[in-house]
Amino acid sequence: MTPTLQIFLIVSAALFSTGLLAALSRRHAIFILIGIEMMLAAANLNFIAFWRFGPPHQPPTGVMIALFSIAIAAAEAAVGLAMVIAVYRHYHTTNVDQLDQLRG
Amino acid sequence: MVGVITTIVLLPLIGAIAVCLWPQSNGRPIALIFNATSAVCALGLWRNFDTTAAGLQFVERHAWIPAIGAEYLVGIDGLSLLLVLLTSLIIPFAFLAQPAPDGRAFYATMLVMQSALYGTFTAQNFILWFLFYEMSLIPAFLLIKIWGGQNRDRAATKFFLYTFLGSVAMLLSFLGIYLARGTFDFAALAGFGKSGLLTGKLAWLTFAGIFVGLAVKVPLFPFHTWLPDTYQTAPTGVSMVLTGVLSKMGVYGFVRLLLPLFPNEIKVIGPWLLALAICSIVFAPLAALAQRDLKRMIAYLSINHLGYCMFALFAVAASPVVAVRIDTHAALSGVFMQIFNHGITAATLFYFAGLLEQRRGLRGIDDFGGLMQRTPLLCGWMSVAMFSSLGLPGLNGFIGEFLIFKGAFAITGLFTAIAVIGLLVTAVVFVRAMQSLFSGPLAESCSVFPDLLRGEKFVVVPVTLLMFAIGIAPQFIFNIFNTTVVQMARLFA
Amino acid sequence: MNSWIVTHLWLVPAEPFAASLAILSVSNTRRKSAAALAVAGQIIALALSVVAFVSTLQTHGFRAVQNFTWFTFGDQTLRLGFVLDPLAAAMLVMITVVGLCIFVFSVGYMAEDKNFTRFFAYLSFFSGAMLGLVIANSLLLVFIFWELVGLASYLLIGFWIERPSAAAAAKKAFITTRIGDMGFFLGVLWLYDRAGTLLFYDNGRGCLEGAGLAMLGASATFVALLIFCGAVGKSGQFPLHVWLPDAMEGPTPVSALIHAATMVAAGVFLVARVYPLFSLGAISGVTSSLTVVVWIGVTTALMAALIAIAQADIKRILAYSTVSQLGLMMVSLGVGGVAAGIMHLLAHGFFKALLFLGAGSVIHGCHGEQDIRKMGGLRRFMPVTFMTYAVGMMALSGMPFFFCGGWTKEEILHATAHWPPSHVPYYLILVGVVLTALYMTRQIIYVFFGNPRVAAERAHESPRIMTMPLIVLAFGAILLSAVLTPAWPWLHGYLTGEPTYFDVARLIQPMLFVSLALVSAGVGVGFWIYRKAGTQDGGRPAEVDPLEYAQPALFRFLANKMWIDELYARTVISFSWMAARLSDWMDRYFWDGLVRGFGAIGQLFGIFTTSVDERGINAGVDETTAGARGLGRVMSTAHSGQIQTYLGAIAIGMLALLLLYAWLA
Repeated sequence: MTPTLQIFLIVSAALFSTGLLAALSRRHAIFILIGIEMMLAAANLNFIAFWRFGPPHQPPTGVMIALFSIAIAAAEAAVGLAMVIAVYRHYHTTNVDQLDQLRG
Repeated sequence: MVGVITTIVLLPLIGAIAVCLWPQSNGRPIALIFNATSAVCALGLWRNFDTTAAGLQFVERHAWIPAIGAEYLVGIDGLSLLLVLLTSLIIPFAFLAQPAPDGRAFYATMLVMQSALYGTFTAQNFILWFLFYEMSLIPAFLLIKIWGGQNRDRAATKFFLYTFLGSVAMLLSFLGIYLARGTFDFAALAGFGKSGLLTGKLAWLTFAGIFVGLAVKVPLFPFHTWLPDTYQTAPTGVSMVLTGVLSKMGVYGFVRLLLPLFPNEIKVIGPWLLALAICSIVFAPLAALAQRDLKRMIAYLSINHLGYCMFALFAVAASPVVAVRIDTHAALSGVFMQIFNHGITAATLFYFAGLLEQRRGLRGIDDFGGLMQRTPLLCGWMSVAMFSSLGLPGLNGFIGEFLIFKGAFAITGLFTAIAVIGLLVTAVVFVRAMQSLFSGPLAESCSVFPDLLRGEKFVVVPVTLLMFAIGIAPQFIFNIFNTTVVQMARLFA
Repeated sequence: MNSWIVTHLWLVPAEPFAASLAILSVSNTRRKSAAALAVAGQIIALALSVVAFVSTLQTHGFRAVQNFTWFTFGDQTLRLGFVLDPLAAAMLVMITVVGLCIFVFSVGYMAEDKNFTRFFAYLSFFSGAMLGLVIANSLLLVFIFWELVGLASYLLIGFWIERPSAAAAAKKAFITTRIGDMGFFLGVLWLYDRAGTLLFYDNGRGCLEGAGLAMLGASATFVALLIFCGAVGKSGQFPLHVWLPDAMEGPTPVSALIHAATMVAAGVFLVARVYPLFSLGAISGVTSSLTVVVWIGVTTALMAALIAIAQADIKRILAYSTVSQLGLMMVSLGVGGVAAGIMHLLAHGFFKALLFLGAGSVIHGCHGEQDIRKMGGLRRFMPVTFMTYAVGMMALSGMPFFFCGGWTKEEILHATAHWPPSHVPYYLILVGVVLTALYMTRQIIYVFFGNPRVAAERAHESPRIMTMPLIVLAFGAILLSAVLTPAWPWLHGYLTGEPTYFDVARLIQPMLFVSLALVSAGVGVGFWIYRKAGTQDGGRPAEVDPLEYAQPALFRFLANKMWIDELYARTVISFSWMAARLSDWMDRYFWDGLVRGFGAIGQLFGIFTTSVDERGINAGVDETTAGARGLGRVMSTAHSGQIQTYLGAIAIGMLALLLLYAWLA
């Protein structure tokens, strides 16, 4: 079976949906972060796939964007985790249902 | 001597800040130190002033807001120097007046006013001048409103509205002039004056605006009704500055602005202006005769004395007859002399009224009696000030009044003859006041008065000696402004 | 010596001024040094005056001036100066001699007073100002010293300041004379305007010299009359005479020095000094200004003599006599007898000072009593005072031969008799001469003759320090007659600059007999009327004057000074009070009312704009904001704060967008 673009897109869509489901349904902040990371990974996969199956002899832009994205995601994860810890210290919980300070 | 005028203007402002930062609650010593410093600077100006040179001296000119023709332009001629010296003299004198309010704010406010006064008398560009002119108004308002006596709110509001409305009228007029001529520079504007600064209705409107603004400040009859209330209510020191220096801003404005800028308009309504001045001269002392309150009485006599200044100025500028040179010179010299003399004398009278008020708690003429038996020194020195004010020869008041009458007589004999009534009534007012204050049996309530204290003597004696000096050998004052008089007289010739 | 005194003439007034300043600066307990300073100042001034006088004797019509610049205004200068001429020198000597006598007298008279030093300071100050006045060579300088003597007079009249009457009298004197001074001031201005200078003599350019007078032209009359206003005020001429009798509230030496001998004569001196202004353009010695002078003088002389008859206060009688005599001098000047007027002034200075000091001695002896009806018989207790007083009385009445007043009065009569326009002044003055003799006789009888009454019972002669000046002045009054006789009119010649020679024949003139007859008549009638003064006479009570008994209405009219004070109180004074109240009222209610009216209009406008603001604009804005706030409240319910709700909303939104895209594509 030769890899085709459709397969990658299906995997990517599945990954994104899983991530979205996790972000929406989990109550623990860290799980929500993990969900977000999964959605990012799905997006990265798409970038690379579209580059790979795009017109030939192109500069490796898709890979480059994916690399950047990974780096940013790493930073984001670090900041996100730090904030989760800070929130936990302040509120003694990581349950996002209870973190509704912004309620109008 | 570069920048010395700016220094003089800024020193009191620095002093005001210093007073606020001063750890002790009584700001008088520090205020006096700053007064002394600016007085020394003013004396330095006098020393280095070239009395033979015409025009402005010590000029400082910097671009400020070129778009609206505003520039920082200060300089002095003889008249400005005279008034700077007067300010330097009167403000410390006022600080030493009794009863003196405690606290730092009073002194800081007074210092701000002093700075504004220096600025007004040295600025040679309208915008700058007007800035300082208004800057003096607000401290005066605060001083009356916060530290005044009975009815102070009413008096302060009246003072503020009167002078503020006058200022607004003046500002609008000057905007009109700027739009037509494109400059705010006094000298440049005066250059246009001869050939007609503006034409038609606009000329009359601007003239009326400036006239009202200045007439309120002087004050000229019938724009004077704020003055008795204000002077009566203001604390003694403030009354001294108001009458001694602030009222001179109006006269200064007339000399510097109105007369050079609108020579033709003034000639047209000259007789009416003279009539207003005569009303000031005759009605004010008559009203003073009916007053029971010492300060209110002196206030009315202030209107009378400034009426002489206005009278001579209008006579010179408004007469259709071309005056002989000696008369123009006499009238202008008389006005300048009178400005200075009235500043000293009226301030001294208020000072004495303050001393009496401090001792008695009241200041009605009928609240005292037989003081001569109890406090001969106080009565003696106060009499000197009173005689100076009524124009007794040998004291300073006579010189100015004689020259004013000399100049005016040749130009408008009839008006001068009427104005003499003012001299007479002034004498009646003072002699009557002396009778009820000093003579007769000693009043019960005055029987424990202390005579002049040591500190009070230190204040009274130099000022009185100055009165004698000017009255007997006035040349040193004339030297300040003789060249300016010659120069101005040419303007009216 | 001659030129030295001319250039240093200012030293004469400077001495008393310096003395005055020195006295004011020493403590008021050092009475002796104060008196010594004052007398020393006066002696030096006298010595300098004599030097000045001697130097004027060298040539006939001597005149020397010393002018200087007072100040420069603009590019013009104002010059003042001093002049030494016979008029000034004679006045200097008279003032310093009489002044010295009065100073010495005061040392005794004021010995008890607690303000002794202040008295001598004022007296010295006055003396300085008066001396300055007579040597001034500028009308302005005359005016300056004129005002200063007025000030000194004010201070000295009100010297006993604790007495309300003294303070009132001082005020009255100052204001009344100042009314005249304002006219004088206008005269100064007018003269300055026309002549261009105020110097009297300035090497031909002065205002009393040819060129200056020529520039005056027709205005000279007005200038002269305005200057005369000042003289009317100072010399107590009708209608400004009312202050002089009241001025007797001051200590008696003051009355003697200021209100009899010197200051009140300044008006006469002034007219004499500026006489060229009065006589400019005269036709046979008559000008309209001089005519005014004559009639004012006559009215004053006669009116004051009449009033003097009915007065009871010893000093007031003398005061009215002074007014009357000053009127006489004015008449003399007006009819052209300048020398006669000045001679009478000098003689009057001596004998009137003598009379006042005598009166002072009497008052001192009677322990402060001034009412002549309470005295009597004092000639036994006070022989020296009586003798000297009699000399003064004779001189004042104008008894010829040995008393100086006689000769000068005769000369005045002589001048008046030949006045071209009218003979009425002459006859009126003759009546005045009789009246003068009459009231002086009345006074002397009441005071010195008859039996002692209430105040005279414990009378005593004054101490030597007071009687010595009396004797000196009495001798002076007699000796002066030697230089005044028509036989050897030395003083006349000295003043006019004409040569004098001795001629006994001129002694005997018709006027001498007229004068002698009138004075004798006055004295005789006086003795006859008052032969029983102070005693019961035909049912008349002792304290009622014989004249009052005969003519009660007339007497009361005269005793009340012809109701002139009351007339002034009803007219001028009440009018000025009304004017004052009106001015005050206008100020408070009319002018201030106008201002407040404008203020009220502003306030009304303010109320209107406030309501527009509150009800219209402000309310609209309020409604809008309330609506916005309500909407916000509704909208805010969507914000649950639940992050996953937001996330879900985003997802649904994205899905919706995708579907929309799909549908559109």
